[in-house]
Formats: sequence, C-alpha cells, structure tokens
Amino acid sequence: MTVIEVPPSVGRRLAWRQVEVVERVAETPRATTLLLDVPGWPGHLAGQHVDVRLTADDGYQAQRSYSIASPPEAPRVALTVERLEDGEVSPWLAGEARSGDRFELRGPIGGYFTWSVAAGGPLMLVGGGSGVVPLMAMLRHRAARGEAGRAVPARLLLSSRSLADIIYREELHRLGSASGGPVIVHTVTRERPPSGWHGYARRIDAPMLAEVGFPPAAKPEIFVCGSTPMVEAVAEALVGLGHASLNVKTERFGATGGM
Amino acid sequence: MITTRGFTGRPGAKADRKRLPPGQYLTEDFPVLSAGPTPLTPLDRWTLALQDGGSLLGKWTWDEFQALPRTELTVDIHCVTKWSKLRTVWEGVTIDDLLAAAGLDEPPAPYLMAHCDGGYTTNLPLEDLLEGKGLVATRFDGEPLAPEHGGPARLLVPHLYFWKSAKWVRRLRFMEHDEPGFWESLGYHNYGDPWREQRYDGD
Repeated sequence: MTVIEVPPSVGRRLAWRQVEVVERVAETPRATTLLLDVPGWPGHLAGQHVDVRLTADDGYQAQRSYSIASPPEAPRVALTVERLEDGEVSPWLAGEARSGDRFELRGPIGGYFTWSVAAGGPLMLVGGGSGVVPLMAMLRHRAARGEAGRAVPARLLLSSRSLADIIYREELHRLGSASGGPVIVHTVTRERPPSGWHGYARRIDAPMLAEVGFPPAAKPEIFVCGSTPMVEAVAEALVGLGHASLNVKTERFGATGGM
Repeated sequence: MITTRGFTGRPGAKADRKRLPPGQYLTEDFPVLSAGPTPLTPLDRWTLALQDGGSLLGKWTWDEFQALPRTELTVDIHCVTKWSKLRTVWEGVTIDDLLAAAGLDEPPAPYLMAHCDGGYTTNLPLEDLLEGKGLVATRFDGEPLAPEHGGPARLLVPHLYFWKSAKWVRRLRFMEHDEPGFWESLGYHNYGDPWREQRYDGD
C-alpha cells in the first residue's frame, strides 16, 4: 500500500532560519556531517530534505538542497554533504564549515520520499554513495522507535565506490549487528575488496536486487536514492523483478544528470 | 541577512545571475527528477487524450499526433531543485494547435490537470498554456525525447518551475475549478513562478 504523509510544514511559509554549526564529523574523505542548531525547527519525517542558503560578503547568495540525515527523534538536525568537485555550496559545507559558523536553512521539504514506522513495511532501501543519507534517516528512525521499529523488517543495499567511501560504515555495522536490526549489504564498484569481504563487488543489478531484496509478493516499501544512472538502472530492474511502480520511490542527487 | 564566513561563491556564477531567477544556478547537464521508475510505453500503445469531465474531446495515436502542426521552442528552463538550463530546444505541438485539432475555438474550462504514465499529475491554469506558452513536446535538441526526460511526450511550460512540465503525459483534463496535482499536494507551490521564487506552499 502506498502511504503518503503530508509533512508538518504544509500550509505555512517555510521561513529561512539562521542555523549554527555545532559539530562537524568527517564521514569519508569526501563526505562530512554537520550537526546543526536550528532554532524553531518544526520537526520532519525521515527522507525529507532542506534548502541551504549561503551568503558571501558581497551579498551574493547560493542555494542547494540536502537530505536530512538525522531521524525525527534526534535533538539536532544533521546534514551529510558530499563535496562535488565543481560544486559551489558543497565545498563550503563539506570542507570549510566549522563549529560556530552560521548559515541559513529552510525546510523540511518533500512529502513523498518519506517513511515512518507507522507506514509499515517491509522496508527496502537501495542507495548509491551519498544517496544513503535520507535512507539512513529512515534506519535511524526505525532504531529510535525500539520495539515498533524492530517489528518492521528492513534491508539496505548500499553501493559505494570503495570501502573508504562507505558513509556511516561503522554505524551501519552496529545497526545491522543489533538484535532485530536491519540487514545491511554493501557492494563496492571501483576497487577489488579484500579477501573475507561479505558484500558484492559490482554495480547493483537485477540478480543482486533479487538476492538482497524482499520478494514482490511481500509488497515492500522501496526507496532508491543515488545518482541518476544508478536510480534509473535500479528502478527499472525492480519493476522488471515484479515490484509495483507505485511502491518504488526514487530520489536523485548530484549536479551530474547525463543525457 | 547573515553572511557566511569563508563563502565567496563560484567564479562565473555571479555573471550567470542576471539571466537566472532568484536562487537558481546554471547547469550544462540535464538533471533528472522523478518520483518513481521511468515508465516505458511503446509508441504503438501510446495515445494522448483531451478530456472535459467525463467526455472525450479528442484522442490521438502516436502517428496522428505526429501529423499535427509542429512548433519549435527555444527556452530557458528552471527546476525547483535549483538548476536552470539555458536555450534548450524543444519540438512538439502547442496546446493551441491541440485545441484546434479537437475542433475547439476556446478551452471549455479555465484549469487543466495533466495525467501521466506512472500516476503523476500536475495542475495548470489554461492561460499559462495558450498563445504558444505550452507545448506537448516529443523532441529535445533535435532528437526524440529520451524516456528519463519524459519521452515519448512531456508537457513543456517553461515559464513555470519544471515540475509543471509533466513527463510521460497521456491525458489532459479540463477542470472548472483548480485542484492540486501530485507535488502541489505535497508541499510545493500551486502555481510555481520561478521569477517570484514560488517553490513551496506559502512562498
């Protein structure tokens, strides 16, 4: 069943809020998490995103959208940002931002690519690179809900370029090792993994989705987030395996679209 | 307004700003944004329908649609996710020509809902579609429109945020009263004028 929840902000103008960086956490060589103090944050659903606005001394402003990494239950809003080589906002967020820095943010935004324990499952998450961020908010929400969360079977298939590029690797391991935790499966696409590697070492394809995912008969709620080529390939494979299109929700990131 | 320590902006981005609506940045790529899988409808099963309430005003097969008068539009496009792309070239059938092909002198109602493969919908006032402002586009940059970009046919309403340019359009339904479509029901602005930065509900 498709469950659409209307985000709490609908009907009011989303105001720009001044936020302050409380802490930065280096996740991988290219990805950084910023923990933010957001006065008056109205709350959010796992999977939603925010708009970030940076202002230069001369008044020049730039805006971009970033997924929220923290679950609704967390005291601080967390964004995990991957630095894009030719990016304008991500190099500042992922490289420059320090505790005490301030910028503007508004949100939460997006009422479709969202999940809560109340929506049920099974929950099937497929991520590529920093596409794991909104999926992590869902897994963190599931964990924060304790018994009710554990009652929803959940699986994450995450594709990363290399072991060093896996965002949240340790936390995912912890979540997956916990009793009633989600099944976490990795694949790496640009390096040969070490011996003893339990994951895959190729791009996500239909056989991998069939092995890792829930069968279509289980009617999983499926969320796919990554680059456009990754999302296109995964969504097409999922439909090919027999999953209903309406149960496959997609989100794409990155400046690279590719014709 | 607060300034952000250490942020200067990308060289060149400031020069783009004059041609761009507020909050947008220029891209040379063509990013893709869809809520779900890309539907693949074979051309021999594709039709486009024009509907008013329960009555069918017109329906065209792919071949019939190709035979309608065609228009080429070169326009800037603006996505609510902040990217803009300049001077994009589209080809298709204007809503004016579609109405004429259905034998209509004027639209039967002031609003329209576009219905698409995959279940997507978006709502538009008719006055934003007439006089060459709206197109059912089947070609981009001289080539057939790729499925991930909305092929075989998408709506093109370039003066509004690009979610109004619904991909995989199959049915245009006239409405006496305005109703929200898919994103318009999920926190996005009902009209979506990029120059007034109408991104979200309440903007």
